[in-house]
Amino acid sequence: MLAVEPLPAPLGLLAELTHRCPLGCPYCSNPLNLDKRDDELDTATWSRVFREAAALGVLQVHLSGGEPAARRDLSEIVRAAREAGLYSNLITSAVGLTPQTLAALADAGLDHVQISIQDSDEASADHIAGYDGASSRKRALAAEVVRLGLPLTINMVVHRANIGRIEPMVELALSVGASRVEIAHVQYYGWALKNRATLMPTREQVDIAVRQVEMLRAKHHGRIVIDAVAPDYYARFPKPCIGGWGRRSLNVTPAGKVLPCHAAEVIPGLKFWTVREHSLSHIWLSSPAFSAFRGTDWMQEPCKSCARRDQDFGGCRCQAFLIAGDARAADPVCHLSPHHAMVEQLAAAREDIAYSYRHS
Amino acid sequence: MSEQPATVISSDAQPRLPRGVRLVQNEAQGGWLLLAPERVFKADAISAEILKRCTGEVTLDAIVDDLAKAFAAPRERIHADVVKLLGSLADKKLLEL
Repeated sequence: MLAVEPLPAPLGLLAELTHRCPLGCPYCSNPLNLDKRDDELDTATWSRVFREAAALGVLQVHLSGGEPAARRDLSEIVRAAREAGLYSNLITSAVGLTPQTLAALADAGLDHVQISIQDSDEASADHIAGYDGASSRKRALAAEVVRLGLPLTINMVVHRANIGRIEPMVELALSVGASRVEIAHVQYYGWALKNRATLMPTREQVDIAVRQVEMLRAKHHGRIVIDAVAPDYYARFPKPCIGGWGRRSLNVTPAGKVLPCHAAEVIPGLKFWTVREHSLSHIWLSSPAFSAFRGTDWMQEPCKSCARRDQDFGGCRCQAFLIAGDARAADPVCHLSPHHAMVEQLAAAREDIAYSYRHS
Repeated sequence: MSEQPATVISSDAQPRLPRGVRLVQNEAQGGWLLLAPERVFKADAISAEILKRCTGEVTLDAIVDDLAKAFAAPRERIHADVVKLLGSLADKKLLEL
């Protein structure tokens, strides 16, 4: 095939500033082996990464973690993002972020804040977060975000313990003045995978939740934007692997490794380059990990000849490896996958056992 | 954007992009973009012309007049397009009135 096409430019950079976090959410998407504080990139390196990202075409940087507020240089990092011309989005638990720091971030040019909530029921929320008083702190800080005039998204991760309270959680988001809500069913990687049996909802719960989200969207149309991430173990087709492997986004870990997605380190054999040794554009264009599943040449059947191959890109490579044992296989969530029955079995393997909290 | 916007915009409204919504030009991504919380929208040339005028200091009427003059197009048609675009953006919390 003869074709000369420019490689599409990435839109988003997920900057995992630290893996440190005061909360212990059992669905955390961080890896089980967390990067240590001493290994974290310094301010100057992040600033360089942001400039390189902007030059590459990246528009938005998502400042995430762990809890980004665990970094003392957070406002300098925000300022560096702004100076690089990036749109900055702070993804925070709100615990450990003081109103003073928040005001400094707003001054430094922060564009948007996303606060996670665990439940509308405070006792349940604190239990899920593994932190007494987390819920009330979140509400107070959310109000502060709105008071400063920053746009606020409330993110709620949905699972068996809170799936029945989507409506009150959306009401809570409205009451604190959020302009957007993200309803994210748990994706099973990292700590969430470890807690899958406890977190997994039933199909019936998921069906009710999907209908409820539709109802809430209609009810609050024009008042609040409701985005939902589908619960993929119960889907017919897989989610489109972060918009295509090495196509729309990149992820920098606290220690500086550059990954196509936050979970990519679970796939054995991939070599990840680091921003300590290479420029971001060199990594994007040439690193073996980014090339590994870019495009469609790596595909096997049933993906290879599938009409949806350019739409969902074979689904999630990490999930293909985690469930089917082969990162080149179709995502087993897809009903066309020969391993699809395993997903149904895993979804049915629910057990009411205590959470295995994320810990550093 | 075929759906009718829920937000109705009066002729003396002074639309503006709220904090957290920015119109930028980016060659690597091929033109005008509206950056918003967790979202990026591609703005075609005409939409960009409309959005550039949403400064919070100009009324809808004045924006429409200005565009009708700039593009030598019928005022009613421009008005209909502008109201539809801005209404749908307001629905998505991407515009303040």
